[in-house]
Amino acid sequence: MTTGAGTREAVSGLRTERTAPPAFDVQKIRNDFPILRRRVHGHPLVYLDNAATTQKPQAVIDALTRYYTESNANVHRGVHHLSEVATIAYDAARTTVRTFFNAASDREIVFTRNATESINLVANAFARPLLQAGDEILISAMEHHSNIVPWQLVCAERGARLRVAPMDDRGELILDAFAALLNERTCLVAITHMSNALGTVNPIADIVRLAHAADIPVLVDGSQAAYHMAVDVQALGVDFYAATGHKIYGPTGIGVLYGREALLEKMPPFLGGGDMIASVTFERSTWNVLPYKFEAGTPHIEGAIGLGAAIEYVSGVGFDAIVDHERDLLEYGTRVLEAVPGVRLVGTAPAKASILSFVMDGIHPHDVGTIVDREGVAIRTGHHCAQPVMDRLGVPATARASMAMYNTREELDALGTALRKVQGIFA
Amino acid sequence: MRSSLDELYQEVILDHNRRPRNFRTIAPASHHANGHNPLCGDRLSLYVQVEAGVIADVAFQGSGCAISKASASLMTDAVKGHSIEDAHGLFLRFHRMVTTSADEAIEDMGKLSVLAGVREFPMRVKCASLAWHTLEAALSYTPEISTE
Ligand SMILES: Cc1ncc(COP(=O)(O)O)c(C=O)c1O
Repeated sequence: MTTGAGTREAVSGLRTERTAPPAFDVQKIRNDFPILRRRVHGHPLVYLDNAATTQKPQAVIDALTRYYTESNANVHRGVHHLSEVATIAYDAARTTVRTFFNAASDREIVFTRNATESINLVANAFARPLLQAGDEILISAMEHHSNIVPWQLVCAERGARLRVAPMDDRGELILDAFAALLNERTCLVAITHMSNALGTVNPIADIVRLAHAADIPVLVDGSQAAYHMAVDVQALGVDFYAATGHKIYGPTGIGVLYGREALLEKMPPFLGGGDMIASVTFERSTWNVLPYKFEAGTPHIEGAIGLGAAIEYVSGVGFDAIVDHERDLLEYGTRVLEAVPGVRLVGTAPAKASILSFVMDGIHPHDVGTIVDREGVAIRTGHHCAQPVMDRLGVPATARASMAMYNTREELDALGTALRKVQGIFA
Repeated sequence: MRSSLDELYQEVILDHNRRPRNFRTIAPASHHANGHNPLCGDRLSLYVQVEAGVIADVAFQGSGCAISKASASLMTDAVKGHSIEDAHGLFLRFHRMVTTSADEAIEDMGKLSVLAGVREFPMRVKCASLAWHTLEAALSYTPEISTE
């Protein structure tokens, strides 16, 4: 269609001349997410639990339906047409993910079930063979249980030591203390890009520079960061990056592990079975090439395809616009919460994104959560799978409002109103 | 009509949350258990002094949401002076009250009936029953319980 192409060209020509990015139309975005139209307890849904999982755009829902309607087959196995179509779609999703994280090659992108499995893969296939008694793995005080427990397990087995870099009262990593903990026994740094409990964004490039200066590889838990900011694994210099599809507007059950090719190449398989082998005899098997060596069994094909669709959607909106919009929401939401008497923010690091964790004077977060839910406002309450963070900051639990690209200032006002209602009940 | 939220957070519950009864320790106590609800982080230490098969004294300490605290407070009032068998019977009736929709399950529950409202909030039933599970644990000499 010449006219269409001409219009597109004209538009993109205009775009290059603009200094400001195109205005971000949140209503247009919202229309792409069908669930945002529903009501809860008689109120419009105000979904502020994005750190737990994000909602899915129609494009993702359609991709899943299309896959099962038109091309379902197993991948890498059949010579028939459908298997070929499914295999192409599955591999194309990997390329989409590779581009999103700017990995050097598709061989560096392993599909897993979630971030938790990605981290366990590295704990078992990288750390376990390497660790000697007395060696150390360094994590931070703000990790999700997923980036604590796998290291505890492997450290206990190998007689190694798990060390923890501290954070300050605002929830900021103390970089000097982190640097001081790096030593010749440190085998790996495993640290979150962004805290799910506090919103703190860690200075990954600095962390990598410090660790690499001591020849220590770095795994980054990107579960939270991957949907709030552009992640370039090469620019950051990380060795492993774990992400989880359901928080990038994609389906559940699909995760990603980026691994530097030279490291993945040297690692033994994590799980054994079909697809991950080159040849099998009863005496001995040989492994498939990367990334398939780490993808045993029939993969989550529609999950990968759905994640590919989600990433294409996110990329279409663009992180320039998303970051601007979410920064506005964070600032606005901070003001809304500060205006509610008795509310105290937990996690006030200078570098933070899209998360408002808070407590209310004399009112348990669980009661807060139940009451605002009746106003249609969905927030998370509890320890957010980060019990050590709660212990460090001296709170048993917090309430947490977490934003995504489709949230609005009006929704944060609705949260403020609901919190005043909580106060009314407990007054 | 009262909303289910007003039903849940009615004055009696808010009062027991603000001024929990029997909120102290008993040392030494003949029976003791710690209850933990990992989902919300509620923690409860329960102390029971049993004399000749009767709960002569019962007290608790801990931190938790309004529902779990009020429930523990109301429970201590309800079981004090009663036999272990009676307390167990009350536990079973309480459990039924908060987990079914049958109106008759609320009858004869006395003050405990103010907690019937949690049946409309399935996620909160564990908050209301933590104290009772901890009581059962203490009386059967189980020192730690956790409602998963
Ligand atoms: C920082 C962080 N790490 C890890 C995870 C684990 O993600 P998943 O449960 O999808 O593996 C989450 C989410 O729950 C998270 O927020």
